[in-house]
Amino acid sequence: MERAEDPVTYPVPWPYPIEYDQTERLDADVLVIGGGDAGCFAAMSAADRGARVILLEKAATIASGASGSGSDHWESAATNPCSRVTPEELVDAMIRSHDGYNNGISHYIECREGWDRLLDVEANGGKIRDTKDEFAGAPFRDEATKLLFAYDYHNRFTLRIWGETFKRGLLRACRRRRVRIIDRTMAAGLLTEGGRIGAPVVGAVGVNGRTGKFVVVRAKATVLCTSRPTRIWLFVPGAPGISEFRPPQCTGDGHAAGWRAGVAFTMLEKAIKAEWSGSRSFPPYGTGNNHNSWYACSMVDARGREIPWYDRDGRELKTVEERYRPAPGQTLFLKGGGEPDFPIYEFQGPDTPPTDELLQRGYTLPFYADLTRMPEHERRVIWGMMIGNEGKTKIPILQRYTEAGFDPARHLLQSYGDGWKSGAFLPQERQFFGLPGGMMNDWHLMTNLEGLFAAGDILFASNCDGHACATGHYAGRHAAGYARHRGDEQVDEAQVAALRARLYAPLGNDRGVSWQELNLAIARVMQHHCGEFKTDELLTNGLEVLRDLETRDAARLVARNPHDLIRSIEVCNILTSAEIVLYSSLARKASSRELHFTRLDHPDVDPPAWRKFVTVQQTPDGVKNDATPLDYYGNLTENYERENCDYLDRRTSR
Amino acid sequence: MTKPVHAIPDPAVFTPVSIDEQLCIGCNLCLLVCQADLFLPNPIKGGAPIVMYGGECWYEGSCVDYCPVPGAITLNGQLFNRVRWKEADDGGAGRSEP
Ligand SMILES: Cc1cc2nc3c(=O)[nH]c(=O)nc-3n(C[C@H](O)[C@H](O)[C@H](O)COP(=O)(O)OP(=O)(O)OC[C@H]3O[C@@H](n4cnc5c(N)ncnc54)[C@H](O)[C@@H]3O)c2cc1C
Ligand code: SF4
Repeated sequence: MERAEDPVTYPVPWPYPIEYDQTERLDADVLVIGGGDAGCFAAMSAADRGARVILLEKAATIASGASGSGSDHWESAATNPCSRVTPEELVDAMIRSHDGYNNGISHYIECREGWDRLLDVEANGGKIRDTKDEFAGAPFRDEATKLLFAYDYHNRFTLRIWGETFKRGLLRACRRRRVRIIDRTMAAGLLTEGGRIGAPVVGAVGVNGRTGKFVVVRAKATVLCTSRPTRIWLFVPGAPGISEFRPPQCTGDGHAAGWRAGVAFTMLEKAIKAEWSGSRSFPPYGTGNNHNSWYACSMVDARGREIPWYDRDGRELKTVEERYRPAPGQTLFLKGGGEPDFPIYEFQGPDTPPTDELLQRGYTLPFYADLTRMPEHERRVIWGMMIGNEGKTKIPILQRYTEAGFDPARHLLQSYGDGWKSGAFLPQERQFFGLPGGMMNDWHLMTNLEGLFAAGDILFASNCDGHACATGHYAGRHAAGYARHRGDEQVDEAQVAALRARLYAPLGNDRGVSWQELNLAIARVMQHHCGEFKTDELLTNGLEVLRDLETRDAARLVARNPHDLIRSIEVCNILTSAEIVLYSSLARKASSRELHFTRLDHPDVDPPAWRKFVTVQQTPDGVKNDATPLDYYGNLTENYERENCDYLDRRTSR
Repeated sequence: MTKPVHAIPDPAVFTPVSIDEQLCIGCNLCLLVCQADLFLPNPIKGGAPIVMYGGECWYEGSCVDYCPVPGAITLNGQLFNRVRWKEADDGGAGRSEP
């Protein structure tokens, strides 16, 4: 057979048919946008309730999303048979540990339904138990159920899981339910009744990234599952794919489309000093550390002196086993993805001291993770199970390091930064990490726009797989319920035409600006105007410069094929997301520790009058700010049970 | 649209994956799963996919994971992110990933 032998160094004729001038029209009861964890579960649950479902996915559903290549722990499954905490106790700890700036509704759903979703994952071929008895007798294993636990071995609400097996199963489950999956198609705008800002949502438009075909979906209900934006402050020219921790195709497309349609956002003023980016940090989970997947690995300094662990009371922990137990008198501790940045005493877990303290005490750099000092089952579960199933570890870390001779029973792995971060950033290099802001939601996970639901990491204060799967399922079933009572609203053709004209404009430019150049410019503007310190003038100037980029330079974007076109539309969405961040920052006239938000012109930190969710949204009359109390969700158990009678009935009968 | 449409490879960017042209069977599974859609199918049927947009790689390795032929596709590390380890007992010379 004839083969291409040489690396390609010449222009390649576009291999897919070019369909810029075609429009495909589709109809659904429920349209799901984004086929990660949340989107797959939204599609499944809506289809289970009889809805005709379309799923639009920009990449390929089989391996897309933050957990497309795996995940190693499932948090807050408070109703699993071994858990010693109730959903109420756990969500209370999560809310108070974040000083109230947390999504009570979505995290209650996570705590209450996460275990149900894990059983769904298992029913679809995902591995959630140690069925091969590889860890029989280990202190983190329950012998009866074969479940493995992480972090707090006493309370057992976070599970170690084989997340590498999950995503294909979810795809199969969607297919079995006849969800119409449209891969490689980017949702690029929401359609509203009469094309009006703030009106009910009636569908969305999309662009195929291989053919350029335009897709118009009319839907009675729409569920946005496109996760959080990236590349607002961080951009590595030449290596956009590793500019951030999250997948490169999560560019805030849902945020931008929602903003233009009038969705209300909150907490987007919260951005932490960056912890992960390819240009400044080493591969996640691939360097010496003792957090997350590596919890609670022993660390040593350059001379081989072991770094001590302490509990919340400063009591030194003499055994490895104690690192996984609450302190005497403590009910539970929080670790992992939802781990608070400023732990409160009540839920503060075991840890090693910060690096600067260790240096003062005479420990010498560099530090190393020392798996050789860990008990054999802990060593194997960290290196082999966690590193192997965690996202971005099976091939880049476990396989590559093993091939190069790394042996966890012999070698010390060097550390390059604090904690699990393995990187060093400048204060103006910000990032959405941990529990950032996002869309506001009600008890149906509906946004302020009728017919538009949201799930997973697009919600404010969201994070983690269990949360994404649980809120996806929840939003999908409420969307299906909503769709049943909705009339057959038509899409507004003028809005469709305007969207098409804007989206395809970069194809008409022969010369101008590349999407990478524009992304770098946005990141620079944000570092300068919305970095470590904020003032009204800085933020207003930032908005002015962004608007200039938008009107003068985004109009000069050049796309030579459908792939470039998608990248260009993405950067316009990053620009819009950056604008939402600036509006959100302008709206909060006070500093806040929990929100990592320092206002030089409003230096008071968390004054009582500003302890609230500040919301921003577009209206026909311009941008509007509002405020909602931190506990707007009311009594969690009562409200949940009132809104989910159907689900609870089905659950008891299954 | 009548203009001919092309993709132009940029040799200055990262080379996240290497494909062994002898081992590759041209099944295009890597191209099917890649989140970044950075491969293009080879214009010659059965030929190895073309790594067209290398800089867009997320380095999660799905392409390697799904490849049916061991060794046909390799995930390369980033040169500037090479990680080091050393023997625990003698504290001796370090080694790093490939
Ligand atoms: C490396 C890594 C490891 C992690 N490990 C863990 C772990 O062990 N445990 C844990 O609990 N959490 C973990 N997390 C976090 C967890 O993966 C996320 O919180 C969760 O997957 C979010 O789910 P989601 O569905 O909201 O978003 P995603 O899974 O990211 O899905 C978003 C989807 O939307 C698609 N999309 C984006 N824009 C568009 C558009 N315009 N049109 C159509 N589709 C679009 C994307 O392609 C993607 O498939 C990890 C995250 C990363 C990055
Ligand atoms: S590692 Fe991931 S992003 Fe990179 S080429 Fe392979 S599948 Fe694509």
